[in-house]
Amino acid sequence: MSPSTSSLLAGRLTDRILSVAALLATPLAPDDYLGLIDPLLSARHPAGRIVAVRPEGPGAATLVIRPGRGWAGHRAGQYLPVGVELDGVRHWRTYSLTSPPGGPGTALTITVKADPRGRVSPRLVHHIQPGTVLRLGPAQGDFVLPDPPPRRMLMVSAGSGITPLMGMLRTLVRHLPRQPGCLDVVLLHSAPTPQEGLFRVELRDMAARLPWFRFRERHTRTRASHAGPAEAAPPARRLTVADITGLCPDWHARETWACGPPGLLAAIEEHWGSAGLTARLHTERFRLTPPRPPGPGTPGGHVRFARSGIEAESDPAVPLLVTGEQAGVPMPYGCRRGVCFGCLLPLLHGRVRDLRTGEVHGEPGSLVQSCVYTAASPLVLDI
Amino acid sequence: MATTVPDLTPERIEEFGAELDRIRADVVAGRGAADARYIHTVITVQRGLEAGGRAALAVSLLPPAWLVGTGMLTTAKILENMELGHNILHGQWDWMGDPAVHSTTWEWDFPSPAEAWKHTHNHLHHTYTNVVGRDRDLGYTILRMSADQRWHPAHLLQPLYAALLAPVFEWGIALYDLEADAAIAGRKSPRRLVADAAGLARKALRQFAKDYVFFPLLAGPSAVPCLLANLTANTLRNVWAHTVIFCGHFPGDVRTFTEEEIEGESRGEWYLRQIQGSANLQGSSLFHILSGNLSHQIEHHLFPDLPSNRYAEIAHQVRRACATYGIPYVTGPLYRQYASTWGRILRYALPARAEQGLSQAGPM
Repeated sequence: MSPSTSSLLAGRLTDRILSVAALLATPLAPDDYLGLIDPLLSARHPAGRIVAVRPEGPGAATLVIRPGRGWAGHRAGQYLPVGVELDGVRHWRTYSLTSPPGGPGTALTITVKADPRGRVSPRLVHHIQPGTVLRLGPAQGDFVLPDPPPRRMLMVSAGSGITPLMGMLRTLVRHLPRQPGCLDVVLLHSAPTPQEGLFRVELRDMAARLPWFRFRERHTRTRASHAGPAEAAPPARRLTVADITGLCPDWHARETWACGPPGLLAAIEEHWGSAGLTARLHTERFRLTPPRPPGPGTPGGHVRFARSGIEAESDPAVPLLVTGEQAGVPMPYGCRRGVCFGCLLPLLHGRVRDLRTGEVHGEPGSLVQSCVYTAASPLVLDI
Repeated sequence: MATTVPDLTPERIEEFGAELDRIRADVVAGRGAADARYIHTVITVQRGLEAGGRAALAVSLLPPAWLVGTGMLTTAKILENMELGHNILHGQWDWMGDPAVHSTTWEWDFPSPAEAWKHTHNHLHHTYTNVVGRDRDLGYTILRMSADQRWHPAHLLQPLYAALLAPVFEWGIALYDLEADAAIAGRKSPRRLVADAAGLARKALRQFAKDYVFFPLLAGPSAVPCLLANLTANTLRNVWAHTVIFCGHFPGDVRTFTEEEIEGESRGEWYLRQIQGSANLQGSSLFHILSGNLSHQIEHHLFPDLPSNRYAEIAHQVRRACATYGIPYVTGPLYRQYASTWGRILRYALPARAEQGLSQAGPM
C-alpha cells in the first residue's frame, strides 16, 4: 500500500470515528475535546503553530507556520486571516501567503512588515516566539495565479505588495524549473531602500538562475537619504505608470498583476483601462482604514449594508441599529441598550465607535453591537 | 410603589448611575490575559470532568465508579450550564474575539437551543427584569410571584408546580422558551412557533439520545447503572439550577414593578430597578463558580456582559455605592434566601385578601 493510500484510508477512518463521536459529544463536537489536547487537532477552529521566525531585513519577518487538521489549503497569491492573541484578546489580521501551495501538513509562510503604529504586526515581527499557536481563517482572495499560468506575465509591486507576488513566483519556480521559452515573467518592484526590499537576495538569485524571469528594482529613497533634507520628500521618485511602460515596453502583451499603494494601483487601472486591457489586469489592495480620534464632533460616515445593498448616512450620535431601521434594513434587534447582544452584526469594513465609552474599534470580521455603536468612518456591515 | 427609592432626586439617581458606569468602565479597561486564562481553565476543567465522568460510568457496574462518575458528570453539567453556557451566551466573553468562545457560536448541554434562550433570557428577562406583564421569568408564566399578578384558582397548587419543576427544570425552560403563550396571545406567529418547536425537537432528541441511549449502550454490561447515573446528573443539575435561579429574583425582599413605572426610564433608573429586582447569595468562591456567579445576581443584572469572574470584586464597590445612596442591597446565605423564596411561592398561591393577613411581617 502506498503511503498516500494508507494516509487516505487513515483519514477516512478518522472521519468515520469522529462522526460517531459527534453523537456522544453533542452539543459540542469531538474537535472541541481534541483541541484541548492540541489546538492543531481541531478542524472546527483551524490553527497553526509557528515553527520558525526568519527576519527579512529591518522591520519585517517571515513566519513559518505548520497548519493543523483544519487547514484546507490555498492558491498562490491568496491571503491568510490569522488570529493572534494579545493580552487575552484575539486580533484578526490578514497577510499574504508567500509559500507555494502544498499538501496537508506542509508548512506555510506569511511575511509580515511591522507597521510602527499598528498593534499586531510589530508583535509578530519582533516578539513572537516559535511554538506560538495562531488561529487560521480560510485562505481568501481572487488575486491568484491561474492554473496553467499565462505564458507572458508582468508583475508590479511596491513595498509589502511584493508578498502575494512572491507566493506566485515561488509556485512558478517549483513547477517550472528551468525550461526556457515556456514562460516569460517580468517583476518591477519598488522599495524605499535596497535594505528594505523584501526577498531581494532570493529575487536576484532567481533572476540570475532562471532564463524566464527578469527582476527590476526601484529604490525611492536611496539618493534622498544621502543628499539631505532638501530632497527628503521624493514623491516624484515613486514608481509611475511611465516607469512601468518604459521598463517593460511590451506591457500590453502581458497578463498583469499589481499590488501596492492605492495611488499606484489607481494610475495603473486608469492606464490599462484606457488601453482597453482591464480584463488582463489583476490588482490587490491591502485594506487600511486610518482610525479617527473619538470625541465631540467626530464625523459619522456613510454606511453600506452589504447584503441588502442599502446605503445610508450615519449620524454620529445615532446607533447603527436606528440608522439601519430608518433606511429599511431588516436589522436584528433586542434590548436596544447594549445588554442582550441580540443585535450583533459582522463588520466588513470601516471603524465603529462605542456610544457608551467613545472608544473606536474596527477589525474586519468583528461583531458589532449595532444598538450602542455608531459609525466612525465609512462603514460596510454584513447584512 | 414608585420606581425610585423615596428620598433620591432624579439628579442623585443619575449620579448613582454614573458611579456604576465608572465601575463598569474600570472592568472593561482591565480585561485581559488573566480573564482569558480563567475562562479557558474552566472550559478545560469542565471538559476534563465530563470526559472522566463518562469514562468512569462506562464501568459503573462497580459502585465506586458509579459514585465517582456521577459526581464528576454532575459537576461538569453544572459548570457547563451555569459558569460557561449562561455567561458565554450573554456575550461576557465576546471581547476575546475568539470564535470558539462566543455568544453567536456557543451551544450548550441543555434542551433549549441557545438562540431561543438568548431571546427570552437576554432580551426579555434582562431588559424587563421583574416588570409584571413584561418579564415572563417572573413566575415563568405558571407561578404567581407578585401582588400585581392576577390571582387564579390554579395558583392554589403553585407550591406543587414549583416543586415538580425543579427536577425537570431543563425541560421546563425548553417549553417556556417556545413562548407558546405568546403565540396564543397573537404576539408570535404560528409558523414561527412550529419552526421553533422543530428546532427544539431536533436538539432535545440529540440531548436525550446521548444521555439515555448512546452512552448506556456503549457501557455494555453497565448500561443500566450508566443510564441511572446520567439521569441523576441531569436531575441534580436541574435542582441546583432551579434553586440558584429562583433565589436570584424571588426572595421576599425583592421588588416587582409595573409597566407604568418603567415608562421613560433613564439609565440610572434602569440600574436602580435591576438592583431592587435581584438578590445575591453569600458563599465561598467554589460556591460562586458552581452557581455560575449568579450568586452575584445584582452585579450580573447591572452588567450582564461583564465577565463573571469579575463580579466578586465589583460586588464590594456596588454594595458600597448602594450604602452611600441608601439603596437596599438584598443578600444572604443560600438556605435563608431559599426559605424566603418558598415563603413567597406559598404566600402568592393565595388570593389577595388572604395574602394580606399573611404578609404583615414584611414589606411587599
